[in-house]
Amino acid sequence: MRRNFLSVAGVFLFVLFFIAACSQSPGGRAANAVTVWHWMTDREEVFQELAKRYEAKTGIRVSFELYAPSDAYAQKVRAAAQGNNLPDVFGLLGEKRDFSSFVKAGHILNLTPYMQDSNQEWQNRFFAKALSVNEFTPGNSYEVEPGIYGVPIDIMTIQMLYNKDLYKELGFNPSKPPKTFAEFLEVGKRISAYGGKEKKMQGLVSGWGEAWMIDCLANNYAFNIMGKDKVLATLKGKVPYTDLDWIKVLSLFKDMQDSGVLSSGIVTMVNKNAEQLFANGRAVFAFNGSWCVNVYREMDPKLNYAPMLPPLASDKFPMSIWGGAGSSFIVNARSKNKEEAVKFLKWLTGRDQQVYLAEVTRNPPANKDSLGKISALMAEFANDMDLSTHPSTWGVSEYPQVIEAFDKGIQSIIIGEKTPEEVAREVQKIKEREMAR
Amino acid sequence: MRVKSTLENYLFVLPAAGIFAIFYIIPFIWVFQLGLYSWDGILPTKIFVGLANFKEIFFEDKIWWGAMRNAGYITLIALTLQNALAFLLAWACDREIRMKNFYRMIFFIPPVLSEVVVGLVWQWILDGNYGLLNGWLANLGLAQWSHNWLSDPATALTTIAIVHSWKGFGWGFLIFLAGLQTIPRELYEAARVDGANAWASFRNITVPLMIPVTVLVAILTILGTMQAFVLIIAMTDGGPAYHTQVPVLRILASMRGSSRFGYACAQGISFGVILMAISFIQYRFSKTARQV
Repeated sequence: MRRNFLSVAGVFLFVLFFIAACSQSPGGRAANAVTVWHWMTDREEVFQELAKRYEAKTGIRVSFELYAPSDAYAQKVRAAAQGNNLPDVFGLLGEKRDFSSFVKAGHILNLTPYMQDSNQEWQNRFFAKALSVNEFTPGNSYEVEPGIYGVPIDIMTIQMLYNKDLYKELGFNPSKPPKTFAEFLEVGKRISAYGGKEKKMQGLVSGWGEAWMIDCLANNYAFNIMGKDKVLATLKGKVPYTDLDWIKVLSLFKDMQDSGVLSSGIVTMVNKNAEQLFANGRAVFAFNGSWCVNVYREMDPKLNYAPMLPPLASDKFPMSIWGGAGSSFIVNARSKNKEEAVKFLKWLTGRDQQVYLAEVTRNPPANKDSLGKISALMAEFANDMDLSTHPSTWGVSEYPQVIEAFDKGIQSIIIGEKTPEEVAREVQKIKEREMAR
Repeated sequence: MRVKSTLENYLFVLPAAGIFAIFYIIPFIWVFQLGLYSWDGILPTKIFVGLANFKEIFFEDKIWWGAMRNAGYITLIALTLQNALAFLLAWACDREIRMKNFYRMIFFIPPVLSEVVVGLVWQWILDGNYGLLNGWLANLGLAQWSHNWLSDPATALTTIAIVHSWKGFGWGFLIFLAGLQTIPRELYEAARVDGANAWASFRNITVPLMIPVTVLVAILTILGTMQAFVLIIAMTDGGPAYHTQVPVLRILASMRGSSRFGYACAQGISFGVILMAISFIQYRFSKTARQV
């Protein structure tokens, strides 16, 4: 009897210890060492190498921990935030609204004093637009204390690319990509009529199954058609989505579909497949981020392509493309090692480390002094930073439900089940509901 | 002595009860509690909204009910096509056929494969531009049947339902086979002696005795299929538009896309209750059927 009792008690204690062992206190991490969480599988080896170099130089151990895919990583960071168990340094995936919640919850260190130390030496290293993605300006609608809260490690722009060989095959001048939307639609008509290669040439490919890329192109055209002020006024609820300019933006997607310039099946296409189609020389255009330089090089080093701006739909306002910091690291405000973490990030964004990162990963560096050392194609992407904008820099954001309705609405337009006017009405209805909430 | 014995019994149950409470009961209560709040999952402050989240789910969220309808459709295909196939194959393998062990192994391969891998492979097969299926159709002179199976709203959901059935029929097959093997062979021999033909034996012996197994398979199919989402993420991510959205994807969208943790918790609880209700109704229905 006594033995039974002891066995049961033993099992119970084991369960208790097991559960206790599964949790980790925030203070459980080693002091005088920096732990970094990230999701960038393509940069893991480079990070490990840089960590070795840093340890050899300073004696401080930096442990990079990779958690992929990015969705799983984002969930891990959220869960760690809820349990106050974040590492010393981590990256945030999500919108500015989420970023602001992390700041307001006290998880993110305000780096402004460090950035402005020694005549803003650290701050001046970066492209201003890359830094602004991680910045909250005075009077921001998120009610976050103004400051810089993240360190960009590379930059990115999202723009169009065209395959010069296929473009030539269609009878166009390969050094003159379409500049206006009408010219762009003309290419679509030519693709539809193309009879070579068993009609297997596709027009524009992009990961529009992941709706954020549709949102990106739609915003490019919103800036081009109505200008930044009107776009921001819409976000603030002062201009409805039923405005003619917004309907014009939505109608562009119908025009693209009707002209045949969109690849078939684009509404469920994931970006990986789009990249394969473009790299295999099966699509004339791609809408992709600057990370594609590395992707295409690995798939086909001889691919003859060049970036181009999305063709203008209006001459009222300039075209803006999304761009800014590609990936950023932030410092845990509650970390015991935050000073060491800041020192490491300063070192990581130094010129030599940035050149090394850019050379190996082929992502344009965030440190502008490193630009002269990278390839011409990569520099072409980086140079378009001047035309870039990003929702994270607007100081105001749209409700996620509205963004979803807008992006899914565009998918509905492309598959021909809704008109631009219907989508505009639905989006506006959701906007009004969210504003009233 | 009796008190001591009772105490000891409770002590034996305690570890299991403790684990069940820690991993199921407490999280369920906690999730329900979170469903009463408006919370983004990050900020320490939560705003109590009472039953507003549940009210929104049941009376305002049309996308949620569209997702429920989609899941219901996939479940219907699974209950009919998938389970009919599973039963048919189990019945065939239960008979004296050559290489039946080989078939048993083959039929159980799809369920043990990773859903993500299966989803990606089928996406590749069904790709509208360069997919294998369209290629085969073209080679067979049926190019006019080539189609964007996953991008066309008319075919996307059915295509997913068929792939899901292909992936899942192995479980039903295994359970049906185990059930068929428990039916005493003497019953069939006695029926044969009494002049019953194969159809009469099947109708009067196999079907009644397989009802409990069929109910079990049906409940497992409903619970499994209604919660399916990995395959769908890999194949269409819920698109085009909302045509292949299912409830779990909506919960993920609320949690991840909209940062509405409270609402996502309310969706999770509502969904769980709906599934329990369906299972209960089905159980009661099958009990009545068995008595008849």
